[in-house]
Amino acid sequence: MKTLVWVEHDGAVVKDATLATVTAASQMGDVHLLVAGQGVGAVAEQAAKIAGVGKVHVADDAAYAHALAENVAPLVAELMGHHDAFVVPSTSTGKNIAPRVAALLDVMQISDILSVEGDNTFTRPIYAGNAIATVKSSDAKLVVTVRGTAFAKAATEGGSATIEAVGSTGEKGVSTFVSSEIAASERPELTSAKIIVSGGRALQNAENFTSIIEPLADKLGAGVGASRAAVDAGYVPNDYQVGQTGKIVAPEVYIAVGISGAIQHLAGMKDSKVIIAINKDEDAPIFQVADIGLVGDLFKLVPELTEKL
Amino acid sequence: MKILVPVKRVLDYNVKPRVKADGSGIDLANVKMSMNPFDEIAVEEAIRLKEKGVATEIVVVSIGEQKAQETLRTALAMGADRAILIVTEDRVEPLGVAKLLKAIADEEAPGLVILGKQAIDDDNNQTGQMLAALTGWGQGTFASAVEVGGDTVKVTREIDGGSETVDLKLPAIVTTDLRLNEPRYASLPNIMKAKSKPLAQKTAADYGVDIAPRITTLKVEEPAKRSAGVKVADVDELIGKLKTLGVVA
Repeated sequence: MKTLVWVEHDGAVVKDATLATVTAASQMGDVHLLVAGQGVGAVAEQAAKIAGVGKVHVADDAAYAHALAENVAPLVAELMGHHDAFVVPSTSTGKNIAPRVAALLDVMQISDILSVEGDNTFTRPIYAGNAIATVKSSDAKLVVTVRGTAFAKAATEGGSATIEAVGSTGEKGVSTFVSSEIAASERPELTSAKIIVSGGRALQNAENFTSIIEPLADKLGAGVGASRAAVDAGYVPNDYQVGQTGKIVAPEVYIAVGISGAIQHLAGMKDSKVIIAINKDEDAPIFQVADIGLVGDLFKLVPELTEKL
Repeated sequence: MKILVPVKRVLDYNVKPRVKADGSGIDLANVKMSMNPFDEIAVEEAIRLKEKGVATEIVVVSIGEQKAQETLRTALAMGADRAILIVTEDRVEPLGVAKLLKAIADEEAPGLVILGKQAIDDDNNQTGQMLAALTGWGQGTFASAVEVGGDTVKVTREIDGGSETVDLKLPAIVTTDLRLNEPRYASLPNIMKAKSKPLAQKTAADYGVDIAPRITTLKVEEPAKRSAGVKVADVDELIGKLKTLGVVA
């Protein structure tokens, strides 16, 4: 089987989500990559070094500058004429593009796969991760999105793929990029952080979030996450949100501070290796999944923890 | 402008799903079902656009068993004008749903279709994008703000690093994220009024669309259980544990 992997990048570097997707694709067959964008020569060169990659297709055109699905999907659909599977990271870009490609190919997409079980067979979470379904596709071509935390990352060095330019399918003229606002953060990116410190509604306000959660995270070199309640209350921007509707993370250590543990939140973090919960309510559902629990007032305990570390 | 809003009847988000013992799926007998939360946000947004004078009519549509009528009545009680139910007892996948919605869009010629970004049962996050592909329209997925102006719609989208704004030519497809709005509750008088609003019943065959599933579910299992944890008495003991784990030196 010949797979085509969507390379997630920011115009300059290949993002980590791509590496896990390459691993998933290599379990399905030969791995080809697609780098689409404008001025993406450097990205293509990085992509060609990823271990296990056979060929890198580069589509360099203004139409692909912001990865608008309307322009990118026809390009992918065309390349799928000589590939058997389109394999895409479950990022916001991947989730936006892949189903549009699937419909153009008249195939059903398999979303957010956790494992490759064999020919056309995969496992994927349903019902906010409360059940795992094993599904088999009967379509001639596959479109799958890959949950990054479920696969090891391919090595960024060791490959020597050939780079091949592909022609543009052009601007479709139904959508235009206007602007983007990217939240600045010097901390590790949430989906690839080894340690995450997350805060919930119990922090009470944005100031407490900054003064209590962030110093602990910095001490541990950790990424900072939040529950939906904390995001909705405006303590932190919404790209901090961990859960069914936010980011899915699986760090080595996840520290949940003042988070009760609703099923939608657990959906985003319950595959973490070690879960630590600090909560004053000893009956909070978070303690049912926590490996280590500390019952008490976070306003006292967290600063004490930060200081003693 | 007419707005089309597809809604799905799903297991209520507060109910913990139970996997059937034979591994065939989730037990949906005698459990509370509700409108998919993202679809409530879609209905709300359509109503707000009508209140602003942007939309003239809101048509809600659902595909599924007869009981999906209840979900449509809820949308009508919130403020939608009329409903279409495509009755099928079979399992329908996003691709099939998108094809049926395409057929309805051809018939109704909406200016905007607003869908939820994903259904909380299958967690697919596909239908809106697929419908956009089939119609060839622009797609504003994961929307946190929607602003219709002239013959375009400006959509602010939630993306991994923050947000982005795109301008789409109308007609267009929008899928809602949680932060788009806070859906209203239907008042009792409106629930009563909704009972007399029009609800058309159709079948997939009426639209000549093949909705045969492409994916077979071989089995459904519970996720691996986490082993029971321990509670520590104080911060010092917690730090001791962190040291054992190698998190801190």
